[in-house]
Amino acid sequence: MTLEMVIFLICFPFLAALLLFFMRKSGPVRKYTLFGLCAIIVAAVICYAVTELVSGETHSYFVHTELVDKLMLAGEWLLMGLIFYFAFRHRKYYVALLSVAQTGLMTWLELTGRTELGGFHVASDKLTIIMCLIIGIVGCLICVYAMGYMKDYHSHHTEFKKRRSYFFALLFVFLGAMFGLVFSSNLVWLYFFWEITSVCSFLLIGYNQTEEAIRNSFRALWMNLLGGLGFAAAIAYCAIRLETLELQTVIQLGTMVPVAIIPITLLAFAGLTKSAQMPFSSWLLGAMVAPTPTSALLHSATMVKAGVYLLLRLAPALCANLAGTMVTTIGGFTFFMTSMLAIAQSDAKKVLAYSTISNLGLITACAGIGMHEAVWAGILLMIFHAVSKSLMFLSVGAVENVTGSRNIEDMHGLIVKLPRLAFVMIVGIAGMFLAPFGMLISKWAALKAFVDSNSILLVVFLIFGSATTLFYWTKWLGSLVAVHHNSERLEDITKGSEWLSLICQAVLMCLLCLTFPVVSSYLIEPFLGDMFHQTLPAIISSGNIHIMALMLCAIVILPVAMRLLTIHRKNKIVTSYMGGANTGDDRTFMDSYGKTKPMYLANWYLEDWFGEKKLLKPSLILSTAGLIVLMILAIGGAV
Amino acid sequence: MIWQILGTICYIILAPILGGLLQGIDRKLTARLQGRQGPPLLQPFYDLYKLFSKEVVVVNDVQNFLVGGFLLFVVFSGALFFFGGDLLLVFFSLTLAGIFFTMSSCSANSPYSSMGAQRELMQMMAYEPMVLLVAIGFYVATGTFNVKEIVLHNGMPAIVYLPGIFIGFLYILTIKFRKSPFDLSTSHHAHQEMVQGLTTELSGSVLGLVELSHWYENIFLLGVVGLFLYKASWWSAIAAIVVCAISYFLEIIIDNVFPRVKWQSMLKSAWMVTLVAGVVNLMIIAVI
Repeated sequence: MTLEMVIFLICFPFLAALLLFFMRKSGPVRKYTLFGLCAIIVAAVICYAVTELVSGETHSYFVHTELVDKLMLAGEWLLMGLIFYFAFRHRKYYVALLSVAQTGLMTWLELTGRTELGGFHVASDKLTIIMCLIIGIVGCLICVYAMGYMKDYHSHHTEFKKRRSYFFALLFVFLGAMFGLVFSSNLVWLYFFWEITSVCSFLLIGYNQTEEAIRNSFRALWMNLLGGLGFAAAIAYCAIRLETLELQTVIQLGTMVPVAIIPITLLAFAGLTKSAQMPFSSWLLGAMVAPTPTSALLHSATMVKAGVYLLLRLAPALCANLAGTMVTTIGGFTFFMTSMLAIAQSDAKKVLAYSTISNLGLITACAGIGMHEAVWAGILLMIFHAVSKSLMFLSVGAVENVTGSRNIEDMHGLIVKLPRLAFVMIVGIAGMFLAPFGMLISKWAALKAFVDSNSILLVVFLIFGSATTLFYWTKWLGSLVAVHHNSERLEDITKGSEWLSLICQAVLMCLLCLTFPVVSSYLIEPFLGDMFHQTLPAIISSGNIHIMALMLCAIVILPVAMRLLTIHRKNKIVTSYMGGANTGDDRTFMDSYGKTKPMYLANWYLEDWFGEKKLLKPSLILSTAGLIVLMILAIGGAV
Repeated sequence: MIWQILGTICYIILAPILGGLLQGIDRKLTARLQGRQGPPLLQPFYDLYKLFSKEVVVVNDVQNFLVGGFLLFVVFSGALFFFGGDLLLVFFSLTLAGIFFTMSSCSANSPYSSMGAQRELMQMMAYEPMVLLVAIGFYVATGTFNVKEIVLHNGMPAIVYLPGIFIGFLYILTIKFRKSPFDLSTSHHAHQEMVQGLTTELSGSVLGLVELSHWYENIFLLGVVGLFLYKASWWSAIAAIVVCAISYFLEIIIDNVFPRVKWQSMLKSAWMVTLVAGVVNLMIIAVI
């Protein structure tokens, strides 16, 4: 039963993509087809999750798969052909070189029969369920949103060629590849889907075909291909020296045999590139040239999650060794530096991009610690991040469609202009960092794990990074809630499908905050029990859960209570104080020549302190040096 | 359990009284340091009474709600602390309170309160690492984040293990108490370039609520100072109270001696102190 569902989940999105690719005409037929396909995927994912939870076991399938392996090899050649085509068309030959190197290596391995080592090819456990739910639900909500969004996008940007059917098809290919990736337990299979996501993201980022889009898409491609090369090298090492290609076995060997650290390090390197850790952060930042659904998909449900997924899987083999040190150091450093860099950004999408990299850094650091409480925090962070980040991107996209700007400065007073969107955005931001909401619980656990593992450097990164995170999010919140006098309510052109997606995610966010102990006890804790082969103590005490629930209640009750308290009292409303220079409202003031001047309130961005000009280059150099040195140490120490 | 609930109730009832008295003493001492007579000891209570009897003049209604959130979560953090709850959660809830307060002044959309809000954020960024480090320090020294277990933990008072972290906490306490040289966002004295900063647009009973929250907050912060010494015995209780009194007196002296600094100096110095005093202390006790 489960096997059929797994095959369905992997294959169906690809078929859906094919169908959508050939539906060139826009209109209700395509619209409802897309909604239908999304509904089927969501239903299938939920069905799969429920059956798996009820049976409560870990399943592994497929020992002999020569035919599928041959097909995958053909697929890899196809991908290489695609990369060659684009590389030669845009004269970026280094990309072709990278692609040849890894595909050549894989072909050699497969044709000489070195990859035929048996073992299971497909596995499904609790982490797979979590990932599937994220990919299926959040990913499909983004696809639903994309339907309405792309229409407005093309009417705003008439200069871009309309290739919507191609765009929707790619979104579904991406989902299919992600499903394949999380179900694969064989490294060759994992690598195949890994490469599909790399190429897919390249095509999605380059959608606009502007010079900037092409440049950024190639940057994403070469960085991810570099990671892929690391992956291929890891496979070669596993096949030849360790004689196993099963991910679980490799991880198990990693905890016992010192030489197995070599493939683990290489795989971790691939994970770092895919999750856009420094020095590879620039590809994710460049990805924001693409339409908003692409960013949402890359940042929340897919792509970067593939990177942290692999790292979290590797966690037991990263515990207390040099490979782990590499991962934690890079992750912690990225968390801190990118949260500082986010302060100086006023472009909402760029702030979100930096915050994604920063949060991924934290998850990466958790994975690198490799202790069960750290992995617990990492998985929870991943779940919360997926939902709230997708919500943030989609609401920023909706605001941009209405106001034509995605600058945070222009969101000043949004609570009056677009109250509903502003409210959704506040839910998203609260989910990203505020107290009783999701992220903070995980941060709490992460902090504990860092202290327990005696990694002072990480503690320092975490405490300073939390402070800078607080600064840039609260600044944004403050802009949203500013009540500007005499503001007109703008006409909200957000479509029904977009609202459906936004509201579903906002509700999902709130539900997650309420039910995370359930998620933890039914999914994460059993998974950790399997992963570390022992029963583990509860990570967060029930007393603390009650306190957090109390805080959540307080936030819900607060508006009602304040309304009741002030119901009989009439407040006197005045304009704000401007030293007596007001001219009637809080939009203008009288200057010293007696003329009326408009007032403009800006946030602090502190370019001189936290700007990209000041921080980006040194942090890239430092992280590159750190990564190279630590990788050499980890590999050299194992030989 | 009964003691824990008693502690919470005592905090909720007594903190405003103690906080008001503390401010009365503060104003008296400050006046004497400046060669003035100063107001009567109970002046803060008279002020608060008057604030609550005045008409509320505000820029918008959102502010009331956000200030309400500030008061609620300050009281919540204090109550959780004196209940003996998790120290990290206590600090997270305090941060939430601060965010509510900052948002209230952002919502006013006024030049002075907006400036105050940005400066307040800067202050939060400056003190936040040290505050978290205090919780971590207690965890490393006693093996728990739980305030009750920290108090009941066998061994010397935490200050013996955490002298550096204690000094760092005293340093950022100046920011939290809104004392010069770090009273950038608002203070009890009028500042010519920013009027009253954060609280510029608040008046009447809403301003009264802010004042009340500050009293609660101050007593809670002194409670954290006391936690460095308190060990569930009478002599340690006395020691804790004495150290709290000395700390507060020190803050008053600093308030009167040092002129206000720019935010750059505040951020740099606060982070430096956190790194040098706090992190070095943490490294030493983590190694031992």
